[in-house]
Amino acid sequence: MTRRFKQASWNEPVVFELGNAKRRGFTFPKVDGEIYRKVGEVNQLLPAKIRRKNLPRLPRLSEVEVVRHYTRLSQMNYGVDLGFYPLGSCTMKYNPKLNETLAEHPGITMLHPNQDEETVQGILEILYTLERWLAEITGTHEVCLQPAAGAHGEFLGALIMRAYHQLNGDGEKRSELIVPDSAHGTNPASGTMAGFKIVVIPSDNEGCVDLNALKEAVSERTAGFMLTNPNTLGIFEKNIKEIADTVHSAGGILYYDGANLNPILGKVRPGDMGFDIVHINIHKTFGTPHGGGGPGAGPVGVSKQLAKFLPVPRVVFDGKRYRLDYNRPHSIGKIQCFYGNVAVLLKAYAYILSLGAKGLEKTAEISVLNANYLMKKLRNITGLSLPYDENKPRKHECVFSVEKLEKQTGISALHVAKRLLDYGFHAPTIYFPLIVKEALMIEPTESFEKETLDEFAEILKEIVKEAYENPEKLRNAPKNTAVPRVDEVKASHPRTMMLSWKMYKRKNGETRNNY
Amino acid sequence: MAPYSHPYIPNSLPEIDEMMREIGIKTIDELYIDVPDIYRLKKTLNLPESHSELEVKQHVEKLLSKNKTCKDISVFLGAGCWPHYVPAVVKAIIQRGELLTSYTPYQPEISQGMLQILFEYQSMICELTEMEVANCSMYDWASALGEAARMAVRVTHRNKILIPKIIHPDRKAILRTYTEPVGITIQEVNYETGTGQIDLQDLRAKISEKAAAVYIENPSYLGFIETNMEEIEKEAHEKGALFIVGVDPTSLGVLKPPGEYGADIVVGEGQPLGNPMNYGGPLLGIFACRGDLHLIRQLPGRVIGMTTTVDGSQKAFCMALQTREQHIRREKATSNICSNESLCAVAAAVYLALLGPEGFRELSEIIMLRANYAIQLLSEIEGLHVPVFDSIHFKEFTVNFDSVNLTVNKVHRRLLEHGIHGGKDISKEFPELGETALYCITEVHSKEEIDRLATILEKIVREK
Repeated sequence: MTRRFKQASWNEPVVFELGNAKRRGFTFPKVDGEIYRKVGEVNQLLPAKIRRKNLPRLPRLSEVEVVRHYTRLSQMNYGVDLGFYPLGSCTMKYNPKLNETLAEHPGITMLHPNQDEETVQGILEILYTLERWLAEITGTHEVCLQPAAGAHGEFLGALIMRAYHQLNGDGEKRSELIVPDSAHGTNPASGTMAGFKIVVIPSDNEGCVDLNALKEAVSERTAGFMLTNPNTLGIFEKNIKEIADTVHSAGGILYYDGANLNPILGKVRPGDMGFDIVHINIHKTFGTPHGGGGPGAGPVGVSKQLAKFLPVPRVVFDGKRYRLDYNRPHSIGKIQCFYGNVAVLLKAYAYILSLGAKGLEKTAEISVLNANYLMKKLRNITGLSLPYDENKPRKHECVFSVEKLEKQTGISALHVAKRLLDYGFHAPTIYFPLIVKEALMIEPTESFEKETLDEFAEILKEIVKEAYENPEKLRNAPKNTAVPRVDEVKASHPRTMMLSWKMYKRKNGETRNNY
Repeated sequence: MAPYSHPYIPNSLPEIDEMMREIGIKTIDELYIDVPDIYRLKKTLNLPESHSELEVKQHVEKLLSKNKTCKDISVFLGAGCWPHYVPAVVKAIIQRGELLTSYTPYQPEISQGMLQILFEYQSMICELTEMEVANCSMYDWASALGEAARMAVRVTHRNKILIPKIIHPDRKAILRTYTEPVGITIQEVNYETGTGQIDLQDLRAKISEKAAAVYIENPSYLGFIETNMEEIEKEAHEKGALFIVGVDPTSLGVLKPPGEYGADIVVGEGQPLGNPMNYGGPLLGIFACRGDLHLIRQLPGRVIGMTTTVDGSQKAFCMALQTREQHIRREKATSNICSNESLCAVAAAVYLALLGPEGFRELSEIIMLRANYAIQLLSEIEGLHVPVFDSIHFKEFTVNFDSVNLTVNKVHRRLLEHGIHGGKDISKEFPELGETALYCITEVHSKEEIDRLATILEKIVREK
């Protein structure tokens, strides 16, 4: 049986075009007469110069219309709950339903972050324990749960490097942060935010860090080196010891980008490999939903010598009670008003508890098995090539190039990606890492069974065949999604861009209606 | 290979063997041959064993039940994270798996739902603030402020930001975290002693051609409304600085929107719009700016645009202006942000669509009326100074205990005995204000709850 895909296509109006003047989607409890008697009307309280005159131009919908509008829109969206989502580097695994239920418990939703410690012992215990677990998983000394996302964790990591060198009196001198050319874009961007100059080093012909280039790049100006291992090709940096030694002997800090932590859970730990700072993408490795872009969480683990720089407060336990400790004189300060994305972290806690040590290890194993199996199935497809050492096992993902196909047929990675959508698969990450031309970066994760992988391989083969036989069809893809190819150029051109309904109205000459 | 199967991992023994055969390996370990043996973990991780769904549920619920929540006690805390009601519809929509389990909408054709909702979110934020552009979220208010300061520096090529002395100390700390590494100076502007309002003379003395931006919060951290926004705007713009305004969006049903008094950038905390407190996170950073290309090009974060399909046949949505972002521009990006708070923005969109213009104004009015009722009631208690500043307040206000010789902490302990969690202790944050607490009232606090707070406070003061 072959599954067929046809995404809902409602041509749903923008919410501002719906409803009418008298409809309401929500009512509030009445304000008691006595309150009015005591306080008066809001208009009497507020001087005219600061009072809002016109109502905000929000739509006027009944509750049922709101439900239908957003339910229809949800049908025009694709998630892991629907099918294969091999978006490389994003680890699109199953998001357990139980964890969503737990995160709706009033014991978290109705908890204020400034409540007395006596009243929040349960949540503090969860956070404290999760820190310990993540430290064990990453082989680090202490973990801070506060960063709201991976890039936020990278920023914190870069700030810790900076604080470390400053304390050593090296702050001014150590101004360079080294990243490989295969790094995620967030690495150089985070380094810049922390005030570092970015030095990019090339990969070697095996797709790994070019040791000689690294040795040449390090100096007394080096603050640190940011590395993803396994890297963005899915290849394990086997020279990790030499890499760590090179960075450390130059006085630099070795930073672990945790985007690719999933395949090494329970197998090898960043801390043991010599990484001094590690960030974890909770929304990748620990199965919390991406929510269309967030919220995630990006905890940071550090070695013993760097623990004193972590942001305040730290959750501490005296054997009886959990407490928030602000007394950390060397701390880099604050990166979050409170304690991080606690609702997301709670789901990670439940995830680890469900899988346990052995289950996490199995997660890693099956994610690697799935990636290598898929790689094997795709390797013989004409037009596709596997850059870098073909005989080397990959870890969580494999990166193919359709350069040859593109040269022979004009069908690019983008076309292939769009055609995959027609079959009800999400596309792989494309055109990344930058060192692979026409890249398809495929990460199956452990959440998909052999049947799905087989089906994906068959369909990719079919698409490539189509490229040679009937490329026009591919050029017109996708057809089965809510809309056909979207004009992204128009969306970004200053003349045609519409970044809000207000901008759209202005550009169409519509003036303010009377609200 | 661990002989073990788990409901989250479908592949099990027969397929695993077949797959290994296909790859040409005998054990999964062979896939790890390139990991140096010295680093291979030789032990099982020191973590709990696997647990069944029921066990996990019982264990986590037991821990969560140890917490005392706003359901168990009356909580009057705000200060950056506020208790508001989350309508059932909001919860239902954000739990739709198609939205919940999707990634960043890199492939627009299959992600129109999320893209359109985020566009609607941006558009509704623009309506609240009267700005023309909003991004589809930052982590929280504080990081949005940090990014706004950096954006102002990029736009003006100057490097000083003026901020009010009365600001959430943690937000100020985070602003420093975002600005200090790149050499941006932060300078505080004093307030008028009696009213808390920005001291315009001090602002004039401190602002110069070096200022990249003037940042003002309205309502202020201590809950009062800043009434001189137009005067402040004039000062900022006369010196060529940008005017950045921080808002609690729930005030915008009654307060003049920043776009109407000349704000260039608006930041704020969107958590109150349909998102629970969750012990402080996730939050929702609001970021909006004027529809000026010089500003738009420097905007941090993801922004969704309305466009058409390539064949021009229908409207469609996609991410716009991606060349500002880290995955394209790398070290030259306007920000490093990648994952943001999209689902919280979805919640906010649904929330705003439910309330509509009249509902939204009602929300602001209820909050302001109830908070001012509480102010009146508490100010009638002999010896309490409520509020500390002689200004109009929106949903938060200060209560000072100096005249009754009580510390905030002592009052707090006594209140807790009565099942009430008093306001935030700000006596260390603003020592010049003495023993003062910051109280918060929203639509979730009934008149009865407020009356009870007053009764118990009066008792504590009388019996001290």
